[in-house]
Amino acid sequence: MIPASFDYVRAESVDEAIGLLSEHGDDAKLLAGGHSLLPLMKLRLAQPAMLIDIGHLRELSYVKEEKGYVCVGALTRHHDLANSLVARASAPVLAHVAGQIGDPQVRHRGTIGGSIAHGDPASDLPAALLALGGSLVVQGPNGIREIDANDFFLSFFEVALTPEEVLIEVRVPRSEGQWGFEKLTKRAMDWAIVGALAVRTSNGVGVALINMGPVPMHARAVEAALASGANASDAAQHAAEGTEPSADFNGSVAYRRHVAKVLVGRALKTAGV
Amino acid sequence: MKVAMTVNGTLESHDVEARTLLVDYLRNVVGLTGTNIGCDTTSCGACTVLLNGQSVKSCTVLAAQAAGDDITTIEGLALEDGRLNPVQQAFQECHGLQCGYCTPGMVMAITSLLTENPHPTEEDVRVGLEGNLCRCAGYHNIVASALAASGVVEMHQ
Repeated sequence: MIPASFDYVRAESVDEAIGLLSEHGDDAKLLAGGHSLLPLMKLRLAQPAMLIDIGHLRELSYVKEEKGYVCVGALTRHHDLANSLVARASAPVLAHVAGQIGDPQVRHRGTIGGSIAHGDPASDLPAALLALGGSLVVQGPNGIREIDANDFFLSFFEVALTPEEVLIEVRVPRSEGQWGFEKLTKRAMDWAIVGALAVRTSNGVGVALINMGPVPMHARAVEAALASGANASDAAQHAAEGTEPSADFNGSVAYRRHVAKVLVGRALKTAGV
Repeated sequence: MKVAMTVNGTLESHDVEARTLLVDYLRNVVGLTGTNIGCDTTSCGACTVLLNGQSVKSCTVLAAQAAGDDITTIEGLALEDGRLNPVQQAFQECHGLQCGYCTPGMVMAITSLLTENPHPTEEDVRVGLEGNLCRCAGYHNIVASALAASGVVEMHQ
């Protein structure tokens, strides 16, 4: 399968990428690792007129700890986050989740920022951002702003980036608390049919769901039940509340709602809740 | 557009369309047909090559993205005197293939795996090959080949 024709330009800096985005508007798409965008282009589900390749901006590939936050450059590959000593020590759940994405080849190539900016409700990293209380740093023509992860995922494949903005960094509070991550897939490299992440933070227990609606989401009812003293198995029974899973060949709505309860229960147990 | 990259140690430079996939570039432009196209959807791993030493699925990389990079395909693994590299040798000795279609991708994925983890356990190998499918379901001897190759690498170190 071959994508439709497009113009290709390699940006040598974030500023150049922003300039190109401002110039070409909706006709242009940023290309990082390409592991979300290229499959869509090969199926002709996306046909951008121009690709702006930012995949070689090495200054956006880093994992560092700063003022109590683990900061991950948007062009960090999943493999590099999974193996980062900083991430493993100060946000081990984030490193673990990165190491469960796709397969080794995908993790060598796919980027943190590309995966998150894609806004796929079935992807894994947004759940970690939500459960940990993370944020996203974006740069546009008017400078840099920080967006709370709760405000970033707007609707199905839609995020809070304006057409001229570039996601440059992802931040999560330092978090060494126990956690559990559960993902149901038919083949190891597939997207989650349903996924659940629970992590103990200084603000209580964060619980997030994968592929249970049009956007990555908190399991708010579970978090609330735990905060008011429910035990893990009782709290997990609330996992499907407020979700809007869709049905497909992998499972019905009812199946997904059931699986969410089971996986949240397991994730809470692993997290020692 | 002009795309130049190193393939198996040789600098290649060609005019291609921007939409040319790396796997099509390697097969149709450079003429190296050892890299197979299986699913063409980032699932099966038959098209795995090394990009700067790391395994990638070349059906999901544009040739343009790899410009300036260093690519190794299955044709680039054998030693200069024609002897097989340890992973290829292990596949031969352990009968690590049946129909052979997934084999180039398997060998490249295992080469990358052993570079990152020279002494993998069986579980490390099985998890490390999650991105490679064998439709003959010949996994047993593929895993055995990977473990044998790690032993050979160890003996030679």
